Formats: sequence, structure tokens, C-alpha cells
Amino acid sequence: MTLSPKVTPMKRRNDPDRSEPVYFFGTCLMDAVYPDAGMAAIRLLRSQGVKVIFPPDQSCCGQPAYNSGFSREARAVARKQIRVFSKPYPVIVPSGSCAGMMKHHYPALFAGTPDEADARRFSERVYEWSEFMARVLAVKLVDQGEPLTITWHSSCHALREMDVIRYSKALLRQLKNVTLVELERETECCGFGGTFAVKQPAISAAMVKDKIDDIRRSGATTLVAGDCGCLMNITGAMEHAGVAIAGKHLAEFLWERTNGK
Amino acid sequence: MGNESTFDFEHNIADALDDGQLRKNLRKAMDILVDKRRAVFPDIAYLDQLRSAGNAIKRRALKQLPRLLEQLETNCIKNGIQVHWAEDTTEANNIVLEILRRHDSRDIVKGKSMVSEEMHLNHFLEENDIEAIETDLGEFIIQLNHETPSHIIVPAIHKNKDEVAAIFHDKIPDTPYTEDVEELTAIARRVLRKRFAAAKVGLSGVNFAIAETGTLLLVENEGNGRMCTTAPDVHVAVMGLEKVIEKLSDVPPLLRLLTGSATGQIITTYVNMITSPRRAGEKDGPKEVHLVILDNGRSRMLADPEFRQTLLCIRCGTCLNHCPVYVRIGGHAYGHVYPGPIGKILTPQMEGLERAGVLATASSLCGACGEVCPVKIPIPDLIRRLRHESYDQDGSAVVAGGGYKKNLAETLVWKGWELVNRSPVFNEMGTRLAGKIGKRLPKVGPLKKWTRVRTSPKVARTSLHERARNEGVKDE
Ligand code: SF4
Repeated sequence: MTLSPKVTPMKRRNDPDRSEPVYFFGTCLMDAVYPDAGMAAIRLLRSQGVKVIFPPDQSCCGQPAYNSGFSREARAVARKQIRVFSKPYPVIVPSGSCAGMMKHHYPALFAGTPDEADARRFSERVYEWSEFMARVLAVKLVDQGEPLTITWHSSCHALREMDVIRYSKALLRQLKNVTLVELERETECCGFGGTFAVKQPAISAAMVKDKIDDIRRSGATTLVAGDCGCLMNITGAMEHAGVAIAGKHLAEFLWERTNGK
Repeated sequence: MGNESTFDFEHNIADALDDGQLRKNLRKAMDILVDKRRAVFPDIAYLDQLRSAGNAIKRRALKQLPRLLEQLETNCIKNGIQVHWAEDTTEANNIVLEILRRHDSRDIVKGKSMVSEEMHLNHFLEENDIEAIETDLGEFIIQLNHETPSHIIVPAIHKNKDEVAAIFHDKIPDTPYTEDVEELTAIARRVLRKRFAAAKVGLSGVNFAIAETGTLLLVENEGNGRMCTTAPDVHVAVMGLEKVIEKLSDVPPLLRLLTGSATGQIITTYVNMITSPRRAGEKDGPKEVHLVILDNGRSRMLADPEFRQTLLCIRCGTCLNHCPVYVRIGGHAYGHVYPGPIGKILTPQMEGLERAGVLATASSLCGACGEVCPVKIPIPDLIRRLRHESYDQDGSAVVAGGGYKKNLAETLVWKGWELVNRSPVFNEMGTRLAGKIGKRLPKVGPLKKWTRVRTSPKVARTSLHERARNEGVKDE
């Protein structure tokens, strides 16, 4: 897949106005493991004058159960999110994978149930964070950091379900002191796959090992990704292998660069 | 390898991952196939349109499958082709055997046919003292080495040139060792020519069977398919019942998709369209043509609106080429005839979940297969569905062996997960607890598997929920 590096920030007809408040869905992984990234994503939205609402009763999109064969449980948790994010505000999700679940799989998950219509309406309001920043808000970022070479990992669902990689990269390319070196096999899965990593640990291990080798060859000192699942997999494996390359969620990286950290 | 009765997926995977040569061969070959496909479909928007057309044509065919099969039969018979129906592989094998016996034939030359692999025809014939001779170069190589195909389009893809050279030298009498590809091909040709000339019966697969005209379409690059279907007096074609399409005008888009996706070719060297045996006054061609139409679980798939999509498949193999799992473990590890993403959805439906349901776990659901499938089969969705059928929590499974994995322990884990994620209080307690004891958690179960090659996830002391609250990001 070739992705155009240039993005014309073009608001679409149904896109929300920036004066409207937005919901932030923090994802279960960000909540527990990457709260800094979550806060960075919220702050960057706020820095654009957007009012951010964080409903405290939110939890998980339901994907872990959904992909493991437990629809009923997934549906119960998903239903909770639909109820919690009930006002007609956009729902901003800092993960291509959770966003893909909420945008593209909720309608199927609730098909034929009384919540089907609600689920559909909810799905229409879901935005992946970088797309919302780049396309809807058309943010202008001012890089305050030292020169740095980074590489980027495309999460499979951001790439194939949400098709938002161009927006993530457009944000990175606004940073004038940051050189982005692309991976040789950028579109290949890192081997996370949720419960796949523990249901097929050997295959998953082989995949993440190849991913690390690719990252090493890029010569970058920082790996940026838009999904905490991939990030946890890749940085966990790098650390285990003694590879001294830092891993950062896109939001956290952008926040640090634009605030001189 | 490839032995279904002793299928041990985990063991196969470990072996394959350990085999450095295999992984190198696979990666190199898959890269070439992926690049060739990309080169032949440079226009992404056009490809997407073409894939939608392919999907629509096959969908339309499936919708009226019984009628089309009847029409195919009627038109084939009109053309002089004898049609046989086989409910399962045993019936199909016996039909082929009976034809061979009637012609007093002790051998059969075969073109590449995955359905004949599905039937385990070679083995069956061997037990009946009939020699099956594979004539596709790849199949010829692996047959010499007593292996099964590791890929549905390129059966010997797991072998490199040196390995082929060694096999030829070892297994074909009086063959000097050579790594020269042309010489190797010439050796195979010399051996096979004799067999073509002597065989009374030839067998082939079918890529598309056109109901409107009663035509069997077969693509290939080596000419061995044409030899198998024309040199012997009798030609037997075997096909799965999903191969039927409605009309001749359906062929061009499907053919373009098939050859482009499979080998990155605009068209194959040979496109055989077989509409009848030798007619009066014609000088060559088989005197008899038989078509064996195999069900083997396919009509069961057809009955389910979601699983039915499995039958859209045109066996191009490109989902294998793009699969991050296939490229690492190769076809044999899957332990069944159809490997890779298509195998993960097809095999459990054919063999039942108890025997093959585990295949559905070997996917990260990355979506690479669905993205390239020329007929737009949502392969990841079907894999996910099979996972659901494996636990069958709501008693709705349609695949044989549904619920085979159902167990209290896992059910409780997910019930607990549900509870935590539905109740804000439990959720907060859970995250807090994990933040406190996360580092000291014993490395057992999933965490043990995770930490084999990774450090433990670092649970934060303060959750995002708390941070947001502290920084004044509120609910309304
Ligand atoms: S599932 Fe799709 S990509 Fe895979 S072999 Fe069939 S047609 Fe080709």
C-alpha cells in the first residue's frame, strides 16, 4: 500500500466543528500502562481549544473478548461504552485498533440485537486521534526539540481498518527537527494481535523479533507508534533483547516535542 | 509432515520456526510473489474495482449454485463430457479408480489439482496398485521427495534450487548433480515426456467451470496441464462444486484476478478451455472426458450466510503470500492440504473444529489476507467466527465440533473481565491493584508466555482515570 505523505486537511460534511466538545476514550491499555500518552493526547486536543470530556465510567472497547471467541462478554462491555458515551459528541480514540473495533465491528457485534441502531449511531461518531488532529482540527505543530531520527510502526488496524496512517505521519512530518526513517516492512504485523501473543507465543515471538531487527536497521533512536498494544509488544521485546531504542506513543511524542521536553 | 492423523500444530510450528533454511526460502519466495503481484496491479483503485467485480460474480454464482450446477451438467453432457457427483472424497476416489479400471490403466498422469490433494488421491491409488505421476514441476519435485505441497499454487516453494538439485540427483536414476535451472527442467521434461506418451488416463483440476457453455477452464504455465488433458485417451477433471460460474463473460475479470494475484501474471502461458472430447473427424484430444464434482462439506458451508463466503475462493494463494504467519511457518506446519489464511477458514469447516479448530488461533487478525483477497473474502472475520464456534458460548455453532473448547476456567476469566470492565468501581480497584503489585506478579500462565521474549508490561502507579480527574478533565 502506498500512502501519500501529503495530506490536505479537508473537513468533511459530517465532521464536527471545533467548538463542539469531544469525548475521549482512554482505552484500557492506556489507562493501566500508558497514562502519560493518554494525558498527552488530551492536552494536545485541549491546546487546540477543544473541550475534552472524560467519562469516568469508561473502560475497554471489548476487543480482547471479541477476538478470543467471547462475543457475549464483549457485547456487555461494548454496550457499557455506548451508554457512557451517549451524547452526540465525537468519540476520540488514541488507538487504531480500539477505534477499528468501535467503528467497524460494533455494528456487527450488535447486529440483530435491540442495541443495533444505537451501536451504529455510536460508530459513526468514532475518530482515531491522529486523524482527528490532522484532518478535522488541521493542527499546526511547532517542533521545540533537538534533531532526532525516529522510525514509525503502523498498527495493522490503524492501517487496514481505520486507514489513518497518512494522518499520523502527516503530524510527524510537521516536526522540523525530526527525521522519519521508514521501516523496510512497515506494513507487516508486529505479532501482538491481543491474545494471539499468548495463544501462539512462538509465532508471535518470531514476528516481534523480525520487527525489532527491522527497527534496528533503520538507525532510529526512537520508535513511535499510534497503538499501545503494538508498543507494549515491541518495546517489551526490545528491552528483553537489550536493544536501547525508546518507544513512544505518537501523542506523547508530539506533546514532548512541541513542549520542549 | 503434513500427516493429518498425527497433527500436532505446536510441534510443527516449533520445527518450522527452527528451520533457518526453510524460513529463508519462504521469505525470499514470498517477497518475489508479493512484488510481482504489486507490479501487475499498479493501479490500486482499479484493482479494488476489479476485486469488487470478482466478488459480485462469485456471489451471484453461489446464490444460484444448485441451478448452475445442473446447467453445467446438462451442457457438459450435451458436449459429450460425462459428469459424476461425489458427496465426499471416498466417493470421488472410487469414481476415478473405476474409470482407471475400466481402461485397464496402471498409472495416471496428473496436472496440478488441489482437489485431488484434498481427496488424497495419490495415496488411495497407490493402495490400489496404481501409480499417480505428478507432472507439474513443483509437484514432481515434492513427489520425488515424498512430500505434500506446501503452497496451493507453488507446491515446492519451500525448496531452493540447491535442494531441488540434490533431490533430482538422489531420486532420478543416472542423473548427474546440477544446479542449472534449465538443465533441471530438461531432466524433468525428459522423464515426464515418456510418461505422457504412455499414459492412458490423465487428470486435471478445474479453475472455472462455465455453466452457460459446459466449459472447463484450466490455467497453467508449463504445458503439462495441456498434456494431461489431451495426450491420454481419457481425461478426468476433478473440481469442488464452488468452481462453477454462470457465463463466459464472467471469465475475463476472474481470470485477470486469478493470474494477477497468484503469480503476478497478466495471463498464464496456457489457458485451456475444454468443452468436449475429441469430435468425429478431429485428429487429437481425449476420446473420453469425465468431470467429477466434489462436495465434501461445501454445501454445508453454503447454508450459512457468513461461512458461505469461504466458497468465493478462487485458490489464488495470494493470502498465503501476504500472511506474516505463513511466511514464518510454511505450508506443512498447518498439517492439512490447504495452508495459510484460506486453510485456516476452510480446513476447520471441512474436518471439524476438534481436528482443525486450532488453526484459527494462528492469526493476529492483522488483516493482510483480507486486504489482498481478489474476491474480497473477509478472512479475518471468518477466523474470528471460528473462534466463537470453538467455544460456542451461546449454543449457535454450525460447524462440526462447535463448542469443543468450551471450559469453565476460560469462561470464568472472561466473565471476570466483563465484570471488571462493566463496573467502574471494580475497574478502578483492578487498575490500582495492578499498579501496586504489577511488578511482583508471578510469571505464570499468559504472563509466562508473554515474558519469554518480552519484559512484563509496566503498569502505571496512577491510572489515566485518576490522572484525568486530577487534571480537571471531567465528565459533563
Ligand atoms: S481466500 Fe482469497 S486470497 Fe486466499 S486463495 Fe482464496 S481467493 Fe486467493
